[in-house]
Amino acid sequence: MLASLAGVLFDGFAYGMLLFLLSVGLSVTLGMMNFVNLAHCSFAMIGGYATVTLTNSLGWPFLATLPAAFFAAAAASVVLERTLYRRLYRASDLDQCLFTIGVVFVSVAVAAYLYGTIQQSISTPSYLRGSVQFVGISFAVYRLFLVAFALVITVMLVAALEYTRFGAQVRAAVDNQRMARGLGIDVDRAFMVTFALGGGLAGLGGALAIEVVGLDPAFAFTYLVYVLIVVAVGGLGSIGGSFLAAAVLGISDMAGKYYFPWLGAFLIYLVMVGLLMWRPAGLFGKR
Amino acid sequence: MTTADPAVADPHLYLEAQVRWRRIEIAFWLAALLPFVLTPTYLQLASQIAITALFALSLDLILGYAGIVSLGHAAYFGVGAYAAGLLSKHFWGEPLSGLAVAALLSGLVGYATSHIIVRFRHLALIMLTLGLGLLLHEAANSAHSLTGGADGLQGVRIRPLLETFRFDLYGRAAYAYSLAVLFLVFLVARRLIHSPFGLALRGIRENAVRMPAIGAPSRAHLRKIYTISAAMAGIAGALLTHTTSTVSLEVLSFQRSADVLVILILGGAGRLYGGILGAIIYMVARDQFSGINPQYWYFWIGLLLVAVVMFLPNGILGGLAKITARWHGKWP
Amino acid sequence: MSAVLSTRGLAKRFGSLVVAQDLSLALPQGVRYALIGPNGAGKTTLINLITGMLRPDAGSILLGEDDITSLRTDARVKRGLARTFQINALFPHLSALESVTIAVCERQGCAGSWWKRLPGYRDAIDEAHGILASLRLATDCYRLTRELAYGRQRLLEIALALATRPKVLLLDEPAAGVPKDESAQLFEAIAELSRDLTVLFIEHDMNVVFRFASRIIVMVGGRILVEGSPDEIARNAEVRSVYLGKAHLG
Repeated sequence: MLASLAGVLFDGFAYGMLLFLLSVGLSVTLGMMNFVNLAHCSFAMIGGYATVTLTNSLGWPFLATLPAAFFAAAAASVVLERTLYRRLYRASDLDQCLFTIGVVFVSVAVAAYLYGTIQQSISTPSYLRGSVQFVGISFAVYRLFLVAFALVITVMLVAALEYTRFGAQVRAAVDNQRMARGLGIDVDRAFMVTFALGGGLAGLGGALAIEVVGLDPAFAFTYLVYVLIVVAVGGLGSIGGSFLAAAVLGISDMAGKYYFPWLGAFLIYLVMVGLLMWRPAGLFGKR
Repeated sequence: MTTADPAVADPHLYLEAQVRWRRIEIAFWLAALLPFVLTPTYLQLASQIAITALFALSLDLILGYAGIVSLGHAAYFGVGAYAAGLLSKHFWGEPLSGLAVAALLSGLVGYATSHIIVRFRHLALIMLTLGLGLLLHEAANSAHSLTGGADGLQGVRIRPLLETFRFDLYGRAAYAYSLAVLFLVFLVARRLIHSPFGLALRGIRENAVRMPAIGAPSRAHLRKIYTISAAMAGIAGALLTHTTSTVSLEVLSFQRSADVLVILILGGAGRLYGGILGAIIYMVARDQFSGINPQYWYFWIGLLLVAVVMFLPNGILGGLAKITARWHGKWP
Repeated sequence: MSAVLSTRGLAKRFGSLVVAQDLSLALPQGVRYALIGPNGAGKTTLINLITGMLRPDAGSILLGEDDITSLRTDARVKRGLARTFQINALFPHLSALESVTIAVCERQGCAGSWWKRLPGYRDAIDEAHGILASLRLATDCYRLTRELAYGRQRLLEIALALATRPKVLLLDEPAAGVPKDESAQLFEAIAELSRDLTVLFIEHDMNVVFRFASRIIVMVGGRILVEGSPDEIARNAEVRSVYLGKAHLG
């Protein structure tokens, strides 16, 4: 009983780490520019499909595809930002929503056209398969890898934010954009780089997600909801908030499906509505 | 609404001119009767368009006029649809009273949720409307015994309208019924928009901070319009149940909330007729291209959304208004 | 003489940043007050606290005898406390007439009614038109707010506040951004306001301050430095060094 609880907690946490990778980029860019980019999970999809193409068609080893997934998604982010998004920074919430929903629709259709609507799968390398036993609990190796990977990324992000000059610029821009500009910080450039980074991380998340939840064109929509929940609950612009919210969401979802299957996703939405009502700017958001 | 007209020296005349019926409006409603004569085989589609138009109109009231961005308005549509279906299954199937019950129930749900909704703005508001919609959808999905879950509601039995007009496959009764209800609700909406309350709502949309500063109880106003809008959406949902004798889980889906949003934006929000125009265009187009794989349909919708935001921010009606304004500028 | 608006010990901080401390004042009826001080002194913050847009951490606000500290902004407006904004807070797509009319309707309590058409409320419309006429905005009143010249928009700002029939009017830099030639017209309009009305205005132009104010309050660093008649303030050495600068009086 306790073993299964621990197992559920671990699986939930691993799922949460995946959600974190998918969401952190959106949280920071939303906090920085207040730009509602609902197409964020399309970048995840790009990363996922990049990995699929590279391993299945070109025979690349799985781990080698991860940087490729990152850069493919990051490149796509930059292109989209430079060409289309930057015209909408002063647009209303509604316009940004609609525009980016349009981008999602287009990306879903393109993915369906290129890859079909079937679930994609990849063959993970043998050293990432199977599970290990520890104090009577069985831990899937892939999930351990996922957790370790996400934790490393988190540490790197936090370090970059706290200790580099670029990180200081990002924090300033999130805190008070006008002031940051006034101080001579090139906010637009900082945003572009952050956007690329966020998109790239989403791409990584998409690539890593294949083994855990699969990949099909609907991914851009299905996971959008979860990502939005993480961002809204965690607080815009907060890495720590996204981490906590993603972990809570992942665990709640797993626990919900395991212990209260008849509730379905109801629990998640209820938790989100409740949390947002209590803290509209998210757990760690600025008010 | 209109710009400078030096000939109008009297404030009463000016305001009167804002609210009077225009000839094109009368022409439009008369033209709405044409399908009976011109396209009698498409009356089922016409009734669906009228229902969607009513749903879009309800969204316009909160989005176009009060400025509340909702990604979950289908919640109230769905409540109305299920209310009508369940009423017919367990109690009686008379449609007109079914409409009243649906309006009451969806209005109540709207009133309850409005207390939450009006306290938030921007992303939190969008997320809440999305969350509440998803919540209701999940609840209906899980409550098999009541709603039939994913299989839809079984046993919906709708009596003929006024015990005379059966809802059959030809759709004559369906279209007459939907159109009549649409028109009546439209009259109410029109009245509302042209009242001081309507002006207050536009004030909230234009500058939410200023309204309390001139003594407006903004939240009370917003709760009121949200409740009215929810009731109207519920009526549209009930119409769907009555005209199709089915209730599927889809009436509560995010898809439906997103579709109605697209439709309203396409036609032009805040112009009363935008939802109706958008519904006509969208559903006729969807019917014509129904052979296409749904994926590709959404490709074009996506492109359309992107184009509308970039080039036609006020929808088709907004674009037309700009053109006519320029036209009048050339011909004084 | 009892005060028509008074505050006692208002204080507000954002984290470790103290924006207002121990703000106490008492404004008698009909007097024209100018609130001056360097940027960041907390003048707008004071107005935000008084009108309810900011909740104070400590202190109270009284309108006449009534404690309004816990009332919402619109409730305070209903009791006669109105303000204008430093940056125009107008309704871009409404005409000037519509804007003032809705303010009048809100005051009359008919803004919630939706079964009667707006043109039916003839007195409200007449009153709105009258207010606009008194500020010389009648000719422009059918134009959309966004089409009005900036100086005219600033007048509309005041018109909106007047429509609430306030007892106390707080003007936040009424001539901010208005070219010199137009601001004269603006201040004449303010000077013509009823003598029953208590007015407090934030202003940076000392000529305007000394011309229109009968009392001056000086704020620095979130506190009230001193309050007095224009002569007293002009002679006050502390004020001179902190704010006025010796060049002005040289």
